[in-house]
Amino acid sequence: MIAVELEHAADFDGWRAAARRLAEAGVDPADVIWRTPGGERDLFGADAPMPEPRADAPALRVSRSFIDLAQRVVCHRDEERFSLLYRLLLRLQQQPKLLEFVTDDDVFRADAMVKAVRRERHKMTAFVRFREVATPDGAAFVAWFEPEHHVVRLTAPFFVDRFASMRWSILTPELCVHWDLEALSFTPGATRDLAPDSDRLEDYWLTYYAHIFNPARLKIAAMKREMPMRYWKNLPESSAILGLIRQATSASEEMIAAPALVAPKRTSKILKQVEAARPVAPHADGLEGLRREAEGCRRCPLWSNATQTVFGEGEPDSEFLFVGEQPGDMEDLAGRPFVGPAGQLFNRALADAGIDRSAAYVTNAVKHFKNEPRGKRRIHKSPNISEINACRWWIEREAELLQPKLTVALGASAVRSLTGESHSVLKTRGQVLTSDFLGDVFVTVHPSYLLRLQGEDERRREYDAFVSDLMKARRLVHG
Amino acid sequence: MAQLDHMSKLAVLADAAKYDASCASSGTSKRNSRQGGLGSTEGMGICHSYAPDGRCISLLKLLLTNHCIYDCLYCVNRVSSNVQRARFTPEEVVDLTIGFYKRNYIEGLFLSSGIIRTPDYTMEQLVRVAKLLREEHGFKGYIHLKTIPDADPRLIEEAGLYADRLSINVELPREASLTELAPQKDARSIRKAMGGLRMRLEESQEERKKSRRAPRFAPAGQSTQMIVGADAAPDSEIIRTSATLYSGYHLKRVYYSAFSPIPGSPTALPSMTPPLMREHRLYQADWLYRFYGFSVDEIVASTTDGMLDLSLDPKMAWAVANRDRFPVDVNRAPRETLLRIPGLGVKSVEKMIRMRRLAALRLADVARLTKSLKNMRPFIATLDWHPGASTDSAGLVARVTPRIVAPQQLSLFG
Repeated sequence: MIAVELEHAADFDGWRAAARRLAEAGVDPADVIWRTPGGERDLFGADAPMPEPRADAPALRVSRSFIDLAQRVVCHRDEERFSLLYRLLLRLQQQPKLLEFVTDDDVFRADAMVKAVRRERHKMTAFVRFREVATPDGAAFVAWFEPEHHVVRLTAPFFVDRFASMRWSILTPELCVHWDLEALSFTPGATRDLAPDSDRLEDYWLTYYAHIFNPARLKIAAMKREMPMRYWKNLPESSAILGLIRQATSASEEMIAAPALVAPKRTSKILKQVEAARPVAPHADGLEGLRREAEGCRRCPLWSNATQTVFGEGEPDSEFLFVGEQPGDMEDLAGRPFVGPAGQLFNRALADAGIDRSAAYVTNAVKHFKNEPRGKRRIHKSPNISEINACRWWIEREAELLQPKLTVALGASAVRSLTGESHSVLKTRGQVLTSDFLGDVFVTVHPSYLLRLQGEDERRREYDAFVSDLMKARRLVHG
Repeated sequence: MAQLDHMSKLAVLADAAKYDASCASSGTSKRNSRQGGLGSTEGMGICHSYAPDGRCISLLKLLLTNHCIYDCLYCVNRVSSNVQRARFTPEEVVDLTIGFYKRNYIEGLFLSSGIIRTPDYTMEQLVRVAKLLREEHGFKGYIHLKTIPDADPRLIEEAGLYADRLSINVELPREASLTELAPQKDARSIRKAMGGLRMRLEESQEERKKSRRAPRFAPAGQSTQMIVGADAAPDSEIIRTSATLYSGYHLKRVYYSAFSPIPGSPTALPSMTPPLMREHRLYQADWLYRFYGFSVDEIVASTTDGMLDLSLDPKMAWAVANRDRFPVDVNRAPRETLLRIPGLGVKSVEKMIRMRRLAALRLADVARLTKSLKNMRPFIATLDWHPGASTDSAGLVARVTPRIVAPQQLSLFG
């Protein structure tokens, strides 16, 4: 038997140094006893010396993930943690991927220890309660905590990160940790009576705890699962729990049974003031009036899945009326047509065709964004004929007010909306169709069609074709 | 009216805040106070305590005031309510937050407010608290600010510079119910405000890609809350509304809050104990949508009259209704199919996939990878297990339905 004396309960460095020498010498895990101060005393006699380091030993291979695991396993209270790690270390030399065999007995056990340690570290960050004490150097904060595993060293950096500007100490039965604004120090375990027994804010905390509790939703098991009773003796708020539970049922029943109360006298006066203060936009005619009317449009169900109506915008005296399909994701958020990726491409093409966007008017056949939620994205869906028909009412009103010289239909939905008929855009592009209410309608593709093309060459060719369509439209107006 | 002391104000304003379910403090930027100030944030939030309602207490959750000029019938603080009123000054909230934080009671502050005077005035007061905490006290902890949808965008911009998270509550799943029960609120401006927040959040992420020095804007994003059971909307409608909100505004969370009876509840609202199991099932359905690749239509298809089954979790309900897709061979099925197995979580699926590259899985392996093998057996096949006809047996539903849990014991030690 070889006995390894470690310096403290979670002595990872000591374990690592010893484990390396033992492994290099090929010592069997069953022949090693790992001892920690305060650990259980074993009955074995150590009769073999620690092997000498060997210069010719093959290098030990361990992954970063094993080091992470080992650093946590050493914090577990299980007496066998060091021998388990040593066994794993040896097995890893043969089976480098052993840690991924999560159902292997050793790996399963080590993982469970990691989980328990991680949880205890987390509970320590949660349940330590500082109490303020006056010292000659100013205020200091002291807590008494009883961790189930050896997590004090592991958790100390958390408290430094958080409370670097405070002097604090956390006292525990096994090990105490102190921060003096500059460095951490550790001292042997303490007893509870060394920690302060009250704090000036504790009554406030208890008041908060009692009043943030909703007595109509009693779920005691859920509370106990997340805040096990073994922590309660060091949590000041736990003194309120029993009383809150006792009162809860009656408090909740009383609330349900209580009659509706008569509103205070001031109510109607305040509500009238709120009503009076509501901003009222000045009356507007023309396109602005129409836009406001469309805000509440419910002519088809598409409004329910959209943020807002996206109405047309641009120069009222424009010679051109451009009609797209429907707003997309960005247009829906911004409340303006053609501001997303397709809109940017459209602007570029307009400029290349010599048409000034600011002098044009742009709108859509359908004024709400039709989409299907999928995870974090909204998938564009083309509007169907009944939706296009329902929304035609708005285009007709826009047409009456705008009286453009030429309307350009961008894509199939616009063609359908303006002519009432379905036409293949690729067959009719560059042609002029007729609309009942707008007269000449020049057909081209929707800019989003260009965005969907995969090949670089194809995209360039189609962009040029789009620009030349727009030039043709310009010539139809300007001759 | 007599002046309330601090303790009484705290009682009133905590009472007023408890109907907001969110207490999350996760997912913000990492900060610490080693270079000065007070506080830190890690990736994961910390629940510092739990109340007997089973809810975590992570943040100091307060209303700045519960005076309110709006008359939302579902809200205890509505103008027509007789509840006792109180108001904290911004400085009082700051002192309390710092005091609680130094004692490690909390991760930070979740501040909301009744509407007083105007939306802008109210928002200004909320922003002032956050600004004092950050600028006067170097506070590095978590701040969640409720955002008033009608407030000036400049105030919301400022709020996002100090707060980790902003939230606007949609309140009710149906627009028509909001119009009816909260006449001063407007569902359309709520959505527009959420859309505006999403655009601002994305803009800030873009700026930070270009320069690490660009200021952060609400690094923990936005969330919202819907009250369940105050109107007649069935679960299917709630799930659809949630999906619209997640996809449209990239919310970090939609919180569901079972409508809880409030003191002096108006007669227009149900007077009953809150539907907690329904709320629980909605959260499970929400998880299926966000983490398990289920579409809204799939979740809704296994509801009855639009309501989720209260006795089965929605993933099990889906599996029982789609038995032709089972058993799933855990050694061959792709990730998205493994995620459909009832009782199997995302982490277990990842472990399974890593492990099966090394060796074929047996039933005993699956048992160690999951919490409850029993209900999963009819749905999986392993190297040494096939459920045979049990997947299709008539008794399957009864076998996988948990026995009715006895009414919750009130004794703490039972």
